[in-house]
Amino acid sequence: MLFYDTELRSRLMLGTAQYPSPDVLAEAVRASGTELVTVSLRREGSSAQGGVTAGQSFWSLIRGLGVRVLPNTAGCHSVREAVTTAQMAREVFGTDWIKLEVIGESDTLTPDVFGLVEAARILTEDGFRVFPYTTEDLVVAERLLRAGCEVLMPWGAPIGSGRGLNNPWALRALRAHFPEVPLVVDAGIGLPSQAAAAMEMGYDAILLNSAVAQAGDPVAMARAFRLAIEAGQAARLADPMEPREMASPSTPVLGRAFV
Amino acid sequence: MRIRVNGEDRDVVAATLEAALTELGYGSLRVATAVDGDFVPAARRAALALAEGSAVEILAPMQGG
Repeated sequence: MLFYDTELRSRLMLGTAQYPSPDVLAEAVRASGTELVTVSLRREGSSAQGGVTAGQSFWSLIRGLGVRVLPNTAGCHSVREAVTTAQMAREVFGTDWIKLEVIGESDTLTPDVFGLVEAARILTEDGFRVFPYTTEDLVVAERLLRAGCEVLMPWGAPIGSGRGLNNPWALRALRAHFPEVPLVVDAGIGLPSQAAAAMEMGYDAILLNSAVAQAGDPVAMARAFRLAIEAGQAARLADPMEPREMASPSTPVLGRAFV
Repeated sequence: MRIRVNGEDRDVVAATLEAALTELGYGSLRVATAVDGDFVPAARRAALALAEGSAVEILAPMQGG
């Protein structure tokens, strides 16, 4: 699958937050088979007292995993914040890929889609490859594409909620409306079956974090998601049957014995 | 001069952003910087003069979703 001219074989994109330990994070990344992990930026402590700071230690861990990184603008509530954070992320992580989040409402972490479109335009003009975290709204999707995005990442449900696909109808409509655009369900996935369902709908990849990191066994859950996403993708390619209202016997009735 | 670094008041002798980073112990770290809300690329830190009350953000890689 191509994302901005870069081939990613794995359809799973994995977040790096909330794991019980750095070792579990590293093992979960390996078990998931992912080639792309999301990362962020936070205020750094000084090394004046000696020792390795949290940020530098995390960066060493990620570099050791040999995967691409997708920095995010998590926590940004304005266009200016998001643009500045993206510029800082580009320098620190050495990539022009950015998962663009502009949050409009704190309880549901609903994207501010107006700010999102504006920030996407500014960043695209500045050479960024933008992965916008958006809603399933068709018109917003159209505006994001017009702003220069070549990937769309609609939410399944609010971030960290684990509710799965809240609006399957709209997600299907989005897929049908933009058959050529790489579409990633980002956020809200709680179970591998939900990820498989999104892949069966024709989504190109799944981005998740909490469902793996907060599982009792994150490494086993990472493996489960890898398998489910592969299964969903294989099912999509196998052209599923159409559902019907009435029963239809699968065992042939012709030649049935009358006893 | 008193500036704000990551939300905390700090007194520095340095007059430029680059010198302040060294003075505060960030000299060798992989960080990105912003002053008063604007990104300052590494190449421009030496030329950026700080003023009394400048708000400096120093960010580093961190876990994210």
